Amino acid sequence: MRELKTDILVIGGGPAGLSAAAAAARAGAEVTIAESDLHLGGQLVKQSHKFFGSKEEYAGIRGFEIAKILKDEIAQYGSRVSTMLNTTVSGYYGDEGVVTAMTGEEEYLRIAPKRIVITSGAQERLIPFPNNDIPGVYGAGAVQTLMNVYGVVPGKRVLMIGAGNIGLIVSYQLMQAGVEVVAILEAMPKIGGYWVHAAKVRRLGVPILLRHSIKRALGGDLVTGAEILELDDNFSQVGETETVECDTICLAVGLTPTNELLWQVGCKMKYVPFLCGHVPFRDKEMRTSNEKIWMAGDVSGIEEASAAMIEGRLAGLGAAKSLGLNIEPGGFEKYWSRLNSLRAGEVGEKIRVGVSAVVVDGWADVQ
Amino acid sequence: MKASATFESGVLTDERPGAVKPPRDLWEKHKGGLVLVECPQRIPCNPCNTSCPTGAIVPFEDINNVPTINYEKCTGCAMCVAKCPGLACFVVDLTWGEEIALLKLPYEMLPLPQKGSTVKCLGRTGEIVCEGKVENILEPLKDRTKVVHVAIPSDKVGDVRAIEVA
Ligand SMILES: Cc1cc2nc3c(=O)[nH]c(=O)nc-3n(C[C@H](O)[C@H](O)[C@H](O)COP(=O)(O)OP(=O)(O)OC[C@H]3O[C@@H](n4cnc5c(N)ncnc54)[C@H](O)[C@@H]3O)c2cc1C
Repeated sequence: MRELKTDILVIGGGPAGLSAAAAAARAGAEVTIAESDLHLGGQLVKQSHKFFGSKEEYAGIRGFEIAKILKDEIAQYGSRVSTMLNTTVSGYYGDEGVVTAMTGEEEYLRIAPKRIVITSGAQERLIPFPNNDIPGVYGAGAVQTLMNVYGVVPGKRVLMIGAGNIGLIVSYQLMQAGVEVVAILEAMPKIGGYWVHAAKVRRLGVPILLRHSIKRALGGDLVTGAEILELDDNFSQVGETETVECDTICLAVGLTPTNELLWQVGCKMKYVPFLCGHVPFRDKEMRTSNEKIWMAGDVSGIEEASAAMIEGRLAGLGAAKSLGLNIEPGGFEKYWSRLNSLRAGEVGEKIRVGVSAVVVDGWADVQ
Repeated sequence: MKASATFESGVLTDERPGAVKPPRDLWEKHKGGLVLVECPQRIPCNPCNTSCPTGAIVPFEDINNVPTINYEKCTGCAMCVAKCPGLACFVVDLTWGEEIALLKLPYEMLPLPQKGSTVKCLGRTGEIVCEGKVENILEPLKDRTKVVHVAIPSDKVGDVRAIEVA
């Protein structure tokens, strides 16, 4: 079996991983990025809308363009950063210091890195309801991949479940692709996503029904509609069930960190509801309880690409520093101040509280 | 199935911080128009300010603040209209014509409107408010977000927030 050696292995080539690779390469490290997908960029390649945030984190630029900016940045380090696409890291063997990976169906290989940065991102949650297994019921990620990566619309009339940022943005993107969005259902008494994202679909005539959810999907071989219901404060049904005609039901009900590798490594983890799942404890340099493993981005807690990129820089600096390389002076302070300013407001409160539960100054006291 | 037009579901129902009208006197005589921002929620975002060439959208002390505007400095250039990721900036020129105002709004849909054509003008819940005439279609940042200039009755500037192109 082939064994590849590298200073730093970055697992996942999304915004966090690309930023980590750039920071580490800048310090002089040899970096290898392993990415399961056929291209780099993670979630960014599917985002055709302009991003929120600060200028430093490319606000006002479309997501897929941000992916290009990051790819150009790592390209400038030439052979110091190598990329393995279609390559999924499948396991970690700590006593030997290797990870195993699959490239396509063809090759199973070993990678022996000195340090690892895990930036595996997030996966979607789904909700149970009768008939949720019939063709036409999609996760929002699948709808986006079909539409924005492969240029295929999922249907003609979509019912969106969830008015968080993903539900709102994917609704807008569906409309741009000429697909009708019949309604967006939201179980809570207010939208979860940014108000402006909601305003921009409402003014195009899409109803957002608060305190509403899906009861069942209708149809046999394919989705033909949905039964929807109104909820009270205890999330019990009030009033009559209504029927909506649609050929696609899109679930945008939240994400949870893709943390399997961290579990397998044995990193100390904690369930933090505000970060949407089990996340690793980390120090201020984004190191986990394993002294050779760093992590950043959605795997550290569901947040945004802006934060993922900054955390990625921190992790890349941390890993490079531990190899004795010269990192940009004041780098940690600079990135922390950017992270803190993004998280300073009301919408960042859950993140602040969540992160404070897992950020440590040292490892002695962590159970 | 009827969605109510509440603030909680994304419809602006009244003025509030981050969503205010320009002062009437200045607005009525200001050629080129003045900016109207509808961004009433504190979120970490500031491209309206960083894209503003004159500093009319005041620099953010905290990136989470809602935008504040110095109308004296606004030229109605609509760079913020083109840049805002929330499509929350508009420019209204009340000097355009007799009882006719020019609304500059962001547009990212297909088909594109034709210059000189008549389009349906939509309110904040997608209801048809009036018709408007497309006076110009620009792409200030060359990033596919169009800024469409549409002439509408002056008394509808508080209501029209989108166009529908047939
Ligand atoms: C619809 C939508 C709209 C959004 N809008 C915004 C926005 O406006 N502004 C903003 O800041 N953020 C936005 N986000 C959030 C943003 O996309 C994510 O927070 C960000 O992509 C997280 O970056 P990441 O690198 O941690 O993870 P990801 O982008 O998910 O990348 C993780 C990568 O790791 C790879 N991977 C996972 N496991 C393995 C493995 N075992 N081996 C190899 N590779 C692996 C995956 O294939 C993936 O490419 C949006 C997200 C969505 C879904």
